[in-house]
Amino acid sequence: MLAYVVAVWLLIVGLYGVLTSRHLVHMVLCLTVTQASTYVLLVAIGYRAGGRAPVFADLAPGTPVVDPIVQALTLTDVVVEATVTAVLLALTVQVATRFGTVDPDELGALRG
Amino acid sequence: MAVAALVVLVPMLAATLLAAWSPLAPRRSSLLGLAPAMACVVLAAMLLGHSVGRRQIVWFSGWHPRGGAAIGIDFAVDPIGAGLALFVAVLALVAFVLAARLIVEKSLLFDALVLLFVAGMLGFCLSGDVFNMFVFFELMSVAGYVLVGYEIRHRAPLEGSLTFAVTNTVGSILFLFGIALVYGTSGALNLAQIGRALHDRPLDLAVILGFALIAVGLLIKAAVVPFHLWTADAYAVATTPVCILLAGAFSELGLYGLMRIYWAAFHGVLGRHDAELRAVLVVAGALTAVLAATMCMLQHHLKRMLAFATIAQVGLFLIGLGLLSADGVAGTAIWIVGDGVTKAALFAIVGLVEHRHGSLTEGRLRGVARSSWPLGVLFAIGALTIASLPPTGSFLGRSLVEDAALKADGYRWVPVLMAAVTAVIAGTLLRAGVRVFAGWGARAGEDPYDADERDDERAPRSGAVLLTVASGLLAAAIGWGVVPGLRTAVARAAAVFVDTGGYGASVLGGVSPVVVVPELKAPGTTGLLYAGASLAGALIIATFGLLGFGRRPPQAARVVIATLRAIHSGRPTDYVAWTATGAAALCGVLAVVLR
Repeated sequence: MLAYVVAVWLLIVGLYGVLTSRHLVHMVLCLTVTQASTYVLLVAIGYRAGGRAPVFADLAPGTPVVDPIVQALTLTDVVVEATVTAVLLALTVQVATRFGTVDPDELGALRG
Repeated sequence: MAVAALVVLVPMLAATLLAAWSPLAPRRSSLLGLAPAMACVVLAAMLLGHSVGRRQIVWFSGWHPRGGAAIGIDFAVDPIGAGLALFVAVLALVAFVLAARLIVEKSLLFDALVLLFVAGMLGFCLSGDVFNMFVFFELMSVAGYVLVGYEIRHRAPLEGSLTFAVTNTVGSILFLFGIALVYGTSGALNLAQIGRALHDRPLDLAVILGFALIAVGLLIKAAVVPFHLWTADAYAVATTPVCILLAGAFSELGLYGLMRIYWAAFHGVLGRHDAELRAVLVVAGALTAVLAATMCMLQHHLKRMLAFATIAQVGLFLIGLGLLSADGVAGTAIWIVGDGVTKAALFAIVGLVEHRHGSLTEGRLRGVARSSWPLGVLFAIGALTIASLPPTGSFLGRSLVEDAALKADGYRWVPVLMAAVTAVIAGTLLRAGVRVFAGWGARAGEDPYDADERDDERAPRSGAVLLTVASGLLAAAIGWGVVPGLRTAVARAAAVFVDTGGYGASVLGGVSPVVVVPELKAPGTTGLLYAGASLAGALIIATFGLLGFGRRPPQAARVVIATLRAIHSGRPTDYVAWTATGAAALCGVLAVVLR
């Protein structure tokens, strides 16, 4: 149960961080915090009390194990998120060099 | 069988090869992307041919389901999915042709990115597994962020790309959160199996929240109010070939994904609450259409105008799909293709104008494009097509959606709204077209966006290719409405699309129920009347605009306009705030009405 609370907490606190952010790097990191909520949620869903790691090489069939699917999902998602973070940080570097600012609130050439 | 896999593998492999070769290639080798794009068109057409009559199910590496449980990952291809894939592939081909002419600094990396973008979209159309849909969705999004910011030397594309990336990343996090909740309750990721697992369970809050969060993720992509804020910023600054893919297919894929997931996985468990869900979707669509049409009218920047027109159209498509009936799906499918082709033509024309005259705002362009009046004629035809000029595909699709709305109880107002919204968009485009290509009418009003202009080195090229492409696209938009047998074929495809039981049976085995194909009538007097009203409205709005009416609006209107403009602030923080509020609101509403 605690894990689910942590997942929702990370989601909310991450989003709060994004929308009050005054620095683009801070904003990108808050996004990764938000993303971490899905990792916690996925792993929590697959957790079995007393379960072993799902590697059957040295386990007798029938031993309770945690769900390997959510772990695969988490791993895939980590990879995806790393890509997104890299793109966002690259954009941040460009913003810093072209505009001389990294405050997201100073953007807004596009409005209306 | 292998065709379904090749549709995605070919562009992905080609993208990898082009990216690897790009450092060695000469700077302007612009035609290499065409070959894989053409291959995609051929493969998608073959796939569409195969999928008519029988769903194509491909289990990768031969992991077939055992005892009604999916072990592997599948592509489940029906005519709507394959048709959408073919449409995406055709738009990609058009984009490559235009890119060779319009993009000044073009390297092989651009081609590689477009192919990756397309591979993501194609995979999304075909996938039968919700997590794979998520991965393809991320693939196209990331390629999209980079493509929007491709002209990184300029301020606007950089900002557009950043807001696009931040907002959509929040969307994909919520999407994945929803998937996790659904997996937690159903123990499945395969759409058919989720459907079966949920069908046997009581409807609890986790399922509703899971569905709501998945919907939020996809509606952010589709640009539905209040998740639409990033869209105009991104679409208005992308290069024209990318705009064609974004406005023609990217937003629509969000709606497709929502409907695919609803019909394949959630219809069984949420079907009892069809009426409530219909109300939520149709109202969301209507709000989007009205707000975006208003914003469209306020614009003087041609691409931004087209971007808001796209958002408004997406709202109308959401109404058509949100009716949750086979007729609605059929009409919307025809309309999306007709509209995507028209919009591609309009973007091509605008792209050429920008290329020749170095500006995109109505005020600066007033009359400067007089010499290229044939483009102006095409632009006007395109604008009128949006107001459903008979016999275009947009007209056919819209009148089918109107019929579907009139059949549903309590949605008689939908056709009126559709006529009004299309009249406003088309009227605004006509107004701009007449100003730019004829130089008539009062000077355009102030536009906060006026200041940002491109200073690209302009290559003085002949517009012959672009003119041919634009006229070809418009001819296709008109011809689409009169393809013989189209209504019957699409009605059948839509019936298969909404056939939850049949989807489960063909993926996991079991008995398929009989498919009930709706009978779609040819547009009659009612359809013509609504189309006439739209066209007349468009002409009136265009004339008023040109005469300078509304230059000094009353105080109340001025306050509303200022507020609307302020909401579209261009700041990623504001957009995320709106997105979070909208997500909370949608979750709350669905939790209340679906319980």
